[in-house]
Order: sequence, then C-alpha cells, then structure tokens
Amino acid sequence: MVSAVFHSPRETVPQAASGAERSATHSIAGNAGAISAKPEKHLKNAATTRPPRDFSAPWMRVLPPLLGLALLAVLWEVVSIATKASIPSPKDTFLQAVVLFSDPFYRNGPNDQGVGWNVLSSLKRVAMGFGLAAIVGIPVGFLIGRFTFLSHMFNPLISLMRPVSPLAWLPIGLLVFKGADPAAIWTIFICSIWPMIINTAVGVQRVPQDYMNVARVLNLSEWKIVTKILFPSVLPYMLTGVRLAVGTAWLVIVAAEMLTGGVGIGFWVWDEWNNLNVKNIIIAIFVIGIVGLMLEYTLIKLATAFTFEEVKN
Amino acid sequence: MNTTVNPQYIDIQGVEQVFRTKKGPFCALQNVNLKVAKGEFVALIGHSGCGKSTLLNLLAGLTQPTQGVLLCANREIGGPGPERAVVFQNHSLLPWLTCFENVYLAVERVFAATESKARLKARTDAVLAMVGLSAAAQKRPGEISGGMKQRVGIARALSMEPKVLLLDEPFGALDALTRAKLQDELLQIVANTQSTVIMVTHDVDEAVLLSDKIVMMTNGPSATIGEVLSVDLPRPRNRVELAESTGYLYYRKAVIDFLYTRQAHVEKITA
Repeated sequence: MVSAVFHSPRETVPQAASGAERSATHSIAGNAGAISAKPEKHLKNAATTRPPRDFSAPWMRVLPPLLGLALLAVLWEVVSIATKASIPSPKDTFLQAVVLFSDPFYRNGPNDQGVGWNVLSSLKRVAMGFGLAAIVGIPVGFLIGRFTFLSHMFNPLISLMRPVSPLAWLPIGLLVFKGADPAAIWTIFICSIWPMIINTAVGVQRVPQDYMNVARVLNLSEWKIVTKILFPSVLPYMLTGVRLAVGTAWLVIVAAEMLTGGVGIGFWVWDEWNNLNVKNIIIAIFVIGIVGLMLEYTLIKLATAFTFEEVKN
Repeated sequence: MNTTVNPQYIDIQGVEQVFRTKKGPFCALQNVNLKVAKGEFVALIGHSGCGKSTLLNLLAGLTQPTQGVLLCANREIGGPGPERAVVFQNHSLLPWLTCFENVYLAVERVFAATESKARLKARTDAVLAMVGLSAAAQKRPGEISGGMKQRVGIARALSMEPKVLLLDEPFGALDALTRAKLQDELLQIVANTQSTVIMVTHDVDEAVLLSDKIVMMTNGPSATIGEVLSVDLPRPRNRVELAESTGYLYYRKAVIDFLYTRQAHVEKITA
C-alpha cells in the first residue's frame, strides 16, 4: 500500500485508494477500457496485421524444409568440390537419376536390372518377412497379453532376443533354408516380430476394465469379446508395432541384401560400389529414404484412422 | 399397479465384502440386509467410500460377496447377466462403434436367438428414440456430448429389457441442467417400463425426486445400511411442484440429517 505513494504520479491516482476499492475500480476501469478498446484493436489487427500473416503462413511451412534441402545441396556441392568430384556433384547425380528413372524396369540379366525392380524385390522380401512376423507375432502377443503365466514365461526370452542384431540371424537362416532369398526373409521376420509381439501384448494388457465389465454385463460370447472389444482396442497398439516393425525391416533389408546378393536395393548399392558408380549409390540412398518415408507415412495415416478416444473418467 | 407385488424381489442377506489389499484385508461392507420389491425405485446414498458402488457391483454380479447371499427373483446372483443391466458412471460405450451399434450389441445378445434381424434393428431404433437420440444413431461416442453418451448408456441398458436396472451414479459427471433433464427422462421411462431400479447417488435431491426408498449407508470401512427411508410422494412427480411441497422438504431434510449430522464424514488422511 505504502509503496504506492512512491510510484509515478500517473499511477498514484487509482493506487492511493484503499485495497478493496482499488481493486474494484481497477477491474471496472479495466473492463470498461477493455470493452471500449477491444473492438478498435480488433479492427486495427484485421486491417493491418492479418492479411500479411495469411500470406506468410503457407510460406513459413514450405520455406524451412526448402532451406534445409538447399543447405544439403550446398554442403554436398562443397564436399564434391573438396574431393575433386570423387563424390559426384548434385547436378551430375540429378542428371544420372533422370537417366535411371527414365527406364526403371529394364532387365539385362540377373545382375543388371532397373532400379524399380530392385526396390520392388526388396519390398517383396520385407512384405513376406513382415507378413510372416505378423501372422506369428500378433497371436503370440495376444496370448502373452491375456495370460500372465505366458507373459512371465516369454518375457525373459524376448528380452534376451530383442537386442540381438537381426543380421546375426542371417547365417542361421542360410544354414537352415539353404538359400539367400529365404535367409533374407528370415532376417526380416526376426527383426519384425519383436515389436509386433511386445506392442500387441501391451495393448491387450491395457484394454480398459470398463470395456471388459461391459462385456461381462452383456454376457458377450468369447467371439464377440475378441472382435468387438479386444481387437478394436488393441488395434492402435498393434499398428504402432507394425510401424516400428516395418521401419526396422526397411533398415535391415538393405544390410541383409548386401550380404546375400541377388536383386534388391541393398544388393544394388553394393553392386554399384563394386562398379565404383558413386552416383548410383547416392541415388540409391535417396530412394531408400523416400521409400522408408512413404512406408512410415502410410502407416501413421492408417494408425490415426483406427485410433478412437478412450473412456475418460 | 401390480397386485402380486413380491416384497423381496431382490433380497440381500447378511452380505459382507472384504477386499484383500497390500495393507491387509479391507472390509468394505458388513452385514448388509435389504429387500427390494418388484417395480421399486431404490436409491443408495452415502458419503464417498461407503461401499455404495461395491454393493451395486455385487448386485450386478461383477464381484462375489465374501459372506452372505444376494438373491434376485429367488435365485442367487452368480455372475453378471443381461437381466440385470448396468448403466456405468462413465458411460463405457465402445468408442469404435456408433451409438446404434453400441445398443445393437446388447439387443443382439439378448434377443438374437428368438427374433429376426429386422426386429432387432427395430428394437434398437425404438430404444434410441425413447432416449431422444434417433438423430445421433450413426454417430460415434466421440462425436456427441457427455449427456448424450450417458443416454446411449441408458438406452443400451434398457434395450435388454432387464428385470433390474442398476445405475452407478449415472448423472454424476454431467452438468446440473443436463442432469435434471435426464432425471426427468429416467422418471418417465421407469414409469413406462415398470422396471425395478437400484441407483447409486450422492445427490440428495436426485434421491428424493426419483426413488420410492432411500437406502442410507453408514461411513466405511465396514459400511452397512444405516437407515431406510420410504418416500411416499405421489407419482408422477414434477420437480418444480415438489420443490415447494412440505413432503419433499421433509424427506430431503431427513436424508441431509442422516448424512451430515449422524454420519458427518470424517475425511481420513491417507497417504
């Protein structure tokens, strides 16, 4: 209170009043001020600051990513010049890419095929390995989630296996399946199955008790419980597992194919390295990145389509 | 009214419920005895933690008592079943199904064995119309308001044509205006269907307005029934008229006396 006296003359007028009165006058004055000031302010805003912001919003969304790409191109160019073009420049690589993508589906024998075939055969391996992992992993995840006994039984095993690089399983695959292709699929299977099992099990364990109570009161059959309650509520978790699994699978397939050979984007990278065709290697890196991005994006879209609000209390 | 009123349609005899917790056994309910006649509307009221919901879960068959027995129509309640429908406090609708599908799930379960698909759909439509939600039938729970969700919950329970309707603080999470509206609707529906209703509440006005009998519970642990108050107010009841009637005020006062004078709640400090 006392300190108010020492304030600047303009402030002392309201502050000199007693506490209650002061706050009352303040709020009234404040309100009145706000009421009279607000419309003007809004009009001003609308007239001056709004239209330019409307223009800049889409720009601000497009500009930073473009700047990022430009930075990459500049760095790349610098590296290219510094290495005396043993790393090809962005322009050369782009021209080579145009040539490459003008005919992505040619076949000149088993070791010389278009980039499209390579990507497709990698995707096929990922799809097969991953599909098998889903067929095994989802039911196993359901069982582990539903029965504590099984969960206690398998958790140590999963904890032990999960950190192992899937490539360590490649020799076992080669030994058992006696072929490069099934061995690569086996590696994808191994790396995809853990996220599928773990996420499905967690999803089953987190089915809200409210839903199970509904099932019990309605006396639903086991089939209805699985299809109408368990499956839909586990689905978002399962799709998270799928996304993680596909992401890892796409990382692993490149390495696996480098080791196994044949047709595939990973093999193609290695083959171009043997040919010392660095432009194609860089193009392959971009292709791998873009395909991975598309897989991820598709699965995120899929996951959001199947995610529903939970019961909140 | 029904001439052959069974005075003990629901019969709770010496029920005790002890929960095993990490800190040792916890006795939630002790020596609970209650008889409910067919077609009666009973409110269970008490402070929070007094075991109202525990008792309702026992009636629903979701849990089993550690002592005593609960009978419904002279048969022991062995587990949950559609003849005792529950309206949950948080509506518990399945978010991936539309309102129609949520109700249809219940209808299908009870009547699919004896009725055609068209008939099942007609039943679902009818019960949604009863709670005034025909327009929202194809919406998902996430797209409608809290009051509407609770109405779907009630519709789902009613659609099974249950012998007993169990309501667990059905309007607790709603705002006062929506709550009043739904209470009026519930009064109307119960008057039409003549169901036996047991409702958990901690709202004194709600209890007096809706029920024939108010069961007041003592504070937990080891809660039991402290007093049973018969509400002899004529039906149909109108909240505006009742607000001024001496009878209403008398019952209201009686419940408040019990809750705040004799069972003044001592909030225990627990970590």
